[in-house]
Amino acid sequence: MRVKQWKPGTMAMAAIAATAAVAVAVPSAMAQRDPAYEQARADGQIGEQPDGYLGFVSTPTDAVRKLVTDINIKRKAAYTSNAPQGSTVEQFAFATGCNLIAKTRAGEKYKAPDGRWLTRDSGAPVRDSRCP
Amino acid sequence: MTAIKTGARRHAIGAHALASLILAPALAGCVQIDTPDKPIEINLNINIKQEVVYRLDGDAKKLIEQNSEIF
Repeated sequence: MRVKQWKPGTMAMAAIAATAAVAVAVPSAMAQRDPAYEQARADGQIGEQPDGYLGFVSTPTDAVRKLVTDINIKRKAAYTSNAPQGSTVEQFAFATGCNLIAKTRAGEKYKAPDGRWLTRDSGAPVRDSRCP
Repeated sequence: MTAIKTGARRHAIGAHALASLILAPALAGCVQIDTPDKPIEINLNINIKQEVVYRLDGDAKKLIEQNSEIF
């Protein structure tokens, strides 16, 4: 007859492991935008493009240029590693762009399909006809 | 020895030709199936059909949620 006994040490280790897992998972899920990025969006210096990347509405400062380049590189990496089987990076980026433009807040800029930079108002944004 | 080599090569070429003969109609069939349904391209030079955008929508939403700091 074999009875499995839980040793207190094992329980403590499991508890520590569980806590560590939560500590690792929470920051990635809760990570917020860099305040400088948030500000540049709110100021209308930068906006969302239909291709799933950020663009410059006006000539950016060096700091804003760096910030946007950095985010766009990270976005490209995210699109590349998460594009579902059977779709290209560009297609997945475009589908994400549809959502990103839909999510812009009033006052933020986004690029219309004709290339104009528009300011989001309370209504629906002007998006590519293929967007859901 | 040379004769054996040449014979083997001839055999390989023969097999290749036979494979081409079998594959050629299959490839032509694929092209014919693909042609009628051309994607709509408006201003963006991205080759994507509406149905593909719809299919990717759920994954796109998930990506934004899980990487909120870069979106």
